[in-house]
Amino acid sequence: MMTLIEKLKVRDALMQSIRAFFHSAGFVEVETPIRMKTPCMELHIDAEPSGDRWLRTSPELYHKKLLAQGAEKIFEIGKCFRQGERGDRHHPEYTMLEWYRADGDCNDMLADVQNLFASLESPPAEGCPSGRGGFSKPFKILTIAEVYEKFAGWNPVENFDADRFDFDMVEKIEPALPKDVPVILKDYPAECCALARLKPDNPKVAERWELYLGGIEIANAYSELTDPDEQRARFLKWGAQRKALGKTDYPIDEEFIQCLKTMPPSGGCALGIDRLLMALTGGKSLDDILPFRD
Amino acid sequence: MYDVSELKKGLKIELDGAPCIVTDFQFSKPGKGQAIYRCKLKNLSTGSTFEKSYRSGDKVDKANLESRTFTFSYHNGDDFVFSDNETFEEIHLTAEQLGKNQYFIVEEMEVDILFHKEKALDISLPTFIEKVITETEPGARGNTASSNVQKPARIDNGYEFSVPLFINEGDIVRIDTRTGEYSDRVSKK
Repeated sequence: MMTLIEKLKVRDALMQSIRAFFHSAGFVEVETPIRMKTPCMELHIDAEPSGDRWLRTSPELYHKKLLAQGAEKIFEIGKCFRQGERGDRHHPEYTMLEWYRADGDCNDMLADVQNLFASLESPPAEGCPSGRGGFSKPFKILTIAEVYEKFAGWNPVENFDADRFDFDMVEKIEPALPKDVPVILKDYPAECCALARLKPDNPKVAERWELYLGGIEIANAYSELTDPDEQRARFLKWGAQRKALGKTDYPIDEEFIQCLKTMPPSGGCALGIDRLLMALTGGKSLDDILPFRD
Repeated sequence: MYDVSELKKGLKIELDGAPCIVTDFQFSKPGKGQAIYRCKLKNLSTGSTFEKSYRSGDKVDKANLESRTFTFSYHNGDDFVFSDNETFEEIHLTAEQLGKNQYFIVEEMEVDILFHKEKALDISLPTFIEKVITETEPGARGNTASSNVQKPARIDNGYEFSVPLFINEGDIVRIDTRTGEYSDRVSKK
C-alpha cells in the first residue's frame, strides 16, 4: 500500500496529466456550483442536504446550462457527494471528472476517453501511474444485449426487468468482464436511459456507455437528451418512483428544463477520478488511494 | 432487526432460522442502478458458506445468540463437562465439538459458551494457557539467540506444536489458544 505522501504525489501527477490532455484538446476548465437549489433527479441517487441547498451529486445540470449559452468544449474536476454510498468502491464524497462536447455524441466521448488513456502513456507529468495494469491496450466494446445473453441468459433490451438487471449486473456481468483491457458496455435498455437520448433508429436502446477497468465501473457517457418535454416526463416519473420508495422527491430545476430548448446536441461523460487512480495503481479499495476516509 | 446498510464483516444474523456470520461484505451500485449489498455468509451451526445479495431497505434478523460463562468440571469418557457459573447446570461437549480447543482446557478453567436456542455453537477460552513441556528434543547450544528456528514439542495431553530450540522438557510455556501456537516461556525447569 502507498504511503500518504505517495498517494498525494500520484494523484497530483494524474490530475496534471488529465488537465494537460483536456487543455491540449481545446477544452475550457470550468467551475460550477457545488450547492444546488435542487439536485439532478435520478431514481437511485440521493443528494446530501446542505442548509437550504443540496450538495451536487454531479455537475451535469450546470454544464448543460453552459452548453445552452454557447460553451462548446468544457470540463470540470471537482468533488461530488452521494448520500449513503460507502464501500470499497464508494465514498460519500468523491472526485469527478466531467466533460461535454457541443455538437457531439457518445461516440465522440469514447474517442475522448481513448485519447485520454493514450495520452497517459506518455505522461506530461512525472510519476503519473499510466499504463500500469495494461489499460493502454485497445478497448473491448460490448453491447448490453450480448453480455446479458452470454453471462446471464436473457436480453434486457427486449424484456426489461429492473431488479433482475441490477442484480445480474453485480453478480454475473461485472465479474465476467475481461480484466486486462478497458471494456465499454454500450447500448443500454431504454429503461436505463437516465439523461441520455434514445437511438433515433432503435428507441429500445439508449445512447449510453459505461467504461470498466478491471471489472470496476469507471465512467458513464451519453448522447445527451435535448428534448425538454421528454426530460420533464422522465423527472416526473422518477420523482413518483422515488416517493413510492420513501425517498425525497426533488423539485424540478425549471431553468434546466428551459435550457434544453437551446442546448445543441451534445456528448457528455463523467469519470470517477478516485476509482481511475485505484485501477491504475492496482488498488483493491479506495482506502488504497484516498488520503482521508469519511 | 438490522437494516442491510448496517451489515458489516463479523456481524451475526439469523437466516431461515440458522445463525450466520457475515464473512465478507461488498456495497455495490451498478451504474444508475439500485444499491446492492453482497454478503458472504457462514452458517454457524453447519459451518457451510454461501453468498446472498440484499437490496437497499431490506431488513435482516439479529441472530438469537446468548453467551454464558461456564467452568470446566471433569472428563466423562471423551466428553468434557462444564458447569454454568450461575445455575450450576451441566453441559457435555464432545472432543469433536471442541476441536483443537480440547487440548487447551485445564482444571477449573472459565470459558464462554455461545448458544443458539440452547444449542452450543462456539466456545471462547482464555487467550493464553500455561503448560509444561513433557516431550521435546534437547535444544542445541548456541542457538538460543535465534527464535526463528523451531522444533516439535508435546504437552501432557499429546498436543504437538513448535517451540524455539531453547525450550526443554519440564519448562512451562504459554500457548495462544486462538492460534494454538507457542507464545513465550514462563519459567525454566
